[in-house]
Amino acid sequence: MADRRALLRVGAAGLAAPLLAGQAGCGRADPNLLRFWAMGREAEVAPQLLAGFERENPGLRLQIEALPWSAAHEKLLTAFAGDALPDMAQMGNSWLPEMAALGALEPLQPFLDKSRTVDKADYFSGIWATNEVAGRSVGLPWYVDTRLLFVRTDLLARAGFERVPRDWNGWLRCMAALQATGVATPLLLPTQEFEPLLALALQQRGELLKDGGRRGNFDSEGFRQALRFYLLMFQRGFAPGLSHNQVANVAQEFGRGSFAFYITGPWNIGEFKRRLPAALQDRWITAPLPGPLPEGVPGGGPGASVAGGSSLVVFRHSQRKPQAWKLIEYLSRPAVQQQFYRLTGNLPPRRSSWALADEGGRSLAQDRHASAFAEQLERVRPAPAVPEWERIAQEMQLFATRAAFAGVDLEETVRGLDVRVDAILEKRRWMLDRSAR
Amino acid sequence: MTLPAHPPSRARRQTAAWAFVAPALSVIALFFAVPVLLGLALSLSDFDIYALADLGNLRFVGLGNYGQVLQMPLFWQALGNTVYFVAFGVPLSIAVSLGTAVLLQSRLARCKPLFRTALFAPVVTTLVAVAVIWRYLFHVKYGLVNHALLSLGFDPVDWLGDPQWAMPTIILFAVWKNFGGNMIIFMAALQAVPQDLYEAARLDGAGPWAQFRHITLPNLAPTTLMVSILTTAGYFQLFAEPYVMTQGGPLQSTVSVLYLMYEEGFKWWNLGTASAVAFLLFLIIVSVTQGLLWLARRLSGGRA
Repeated sequence: MADRRALLRVGAAGLAAPLLAGQAGCGRADPNLLRFWAMGREAEVAPQLLAGFERENPGLRLQIEALPWSAAHEKLLTAFAGDALPDMAQMGNSWLPEMAALGALEPLQPFLDKSRTVDKADYFSGIWATNEVAGRSVGLPWYVDTRLLFVRTDLLARAGFERVPRDWNGWLRCMAALQATGVATPLLLPTQEFEPLLALALQQRGELLKDGGRRGNFDSEGFRQALRFYLLMFQRGFAPGLSHNQVANVAQEFGRGSFAFYITGPWNIGEFKRRLPAALQDRWITAPLPGPLPEGVPGGGPGASVAGGSSLVVFRHSQRKPQAWKLIEYLSRPAVQQQFYRLTGNLPPRRSSWALADEGGRSLAQDRHASAFAEQLERVRPAPAVPEWERIAQEMQLFATRAAFAGVDLEETVRGLDVRVDAILEKRRWMLDRSAR
Repeated sequence: MTLPAHPPSRARRQTAAWAFVAPALSVIALFFAVPVLLGLALSLSDFDIYALADLGNLRFVGLGNYGQVLQMPLFWQALGNTVYFVAFGVPLSIAVSLGTAVLLQSRLARCKPLFRTALFAPVVTTLVAVAVIWRYLFHVKYGLVNHALLSLGFDPVDWLGDPQWAMPTIILFAVWKNFGGNMIIFMAALQAVPQDLYEAARLDGAGPWAQFRHITLPNLAPTTLMVSILTTAGYFQLFAEPYVMTQGGPLQSTVSVLYLMYEEGFKWWNLGTASAVAFLLFLIIVSVTQGLLWLARRLSGGRA
């Protein structure tokens, strides 16, 4: 292990390693120092959130280090290469398979077995599943992120729709009606994010990768159907074209009624509450993502969506694993998760946190804008747990964008995507076949 | 030439010479040769996150990475984007540098130090900071540039969001950011052109354009050659502009070769492929530079 790291330090991570190693050097001096890497807004509120933990554990000193989201993934890999990881970290749950493949993560099962406060059954099962790699828990969900519809109900009412559509056909009819009543492009569908298309694909039966994650399965009927529907949004002009879908101020455009549907995540609840004028506040709502089958038939109605979010992990090389787990347990308490929601708008992964009433006697599940998320979270599906997934998802989005705007047809798109994905998974196939022998 | 009475032997002189250059050589070896050789070795392997976890997962792939990169559509697109950037960016940059240098040298120019400083200012500003400002200026809805276009009666252009326009916008930005450096070099070269040549030309009845064409340009030829080689080599290494302004988008129209290398290496951690891209770029820059030198020799009839 040491040789490899040393080799790498000279080679690939030569620039970053001394810096990170310097940091780690300070950390090792104090046996009671717990280093915690957090990202973005979470890192900003962490000191406030963890004040209670520090009071409960006076012997422990916490050092919270903030990483910007845009650089977090690279920093984690570089820190692994430079042997400079902290004791624990927040991590996007889609990165867990990769970090687990590196052997950087401590399996959490022994801690979960002994824990009296963390209960698997209390977590949304789709979210819990994203934290398992080969059936073993390597992280604990901290907050959840999924994608669903943000809707301007007044525009829908004007178009003759009292209810938000719950299946694809109803959704298409609704968008046509919106177009006819003056909303030129009823759906904002940013093409630089892969989550909306991924959500549509996860609504289908079948897997996105086949043979145990060895090959792409984008040539399947399920993905074709999802992509066909996605492309239809652009073909019919429901979603704006490439050059106009990068909206600078989404809240402002949503307020103006430039679009009536927006597929996005929980952070926009707080954003819209803050930015939209008071007169509009009772005219927008969140709703579960419509599904491919009509409501009424088995499995019909609202469909699945992505199981995103952040998890808390303990790194294998940490000397203070029990303390790190203690911190994770603290952050998983429903009362702390409620406080976390209030500080950041991040939605909790535990049902008991959703049911917990606040000082006003109301729970998150009763919140007008959050409740649709509670419904959607019961129907989230994890993406394939392979280290290459992030790259595959981006290729998928790129191929779909080309199909939408560069005139590549569907057949060519799905075939080409499978070829590309198979090439990305070549090393993984070699590894799996070798270990099977 | 007179020699000292007892000249030190050849061997001794050589030892002394090596001793004098040894510190510099060892620094170069440690910080240049060793990393380059390691990078070359890396480019012959499939180093990725699996190999990072366990060196047993490292395979020697020979020239496989090079073959794979050459078959990658994105590599050719990136190369095309980079060549586009170089082919338009370098001549434009040099023309602007030369033009401003000539204007600033002109006897008619007023407030020369002020203009010199103002035109040089972009070079010393931080690229990331000004790129953010340019993003505002070229914003499709709220940008000053589109505001001006609209008031002149033109349709607005989605400068950074339209695959057709993103690269021209980046070229404009890079030229604006970089021309000041070459401008200073040209100004120094202009001051070295003997004034009596201009006087003689004026006596022969040459106008300003003829003077520029037959005196200024030939006298600046060596400087222009050096500037164009340096600028070309620099522009081939396009990275920070797309990284900050477009992240390679839209539709990968601003992915440069170096940006591709960065994504392969540090986003996807395929260090083998990334190293292969780096060496391919190195070969391209070397051959283009050699081509420029050859061209210069041809044009000057073998004198340069």
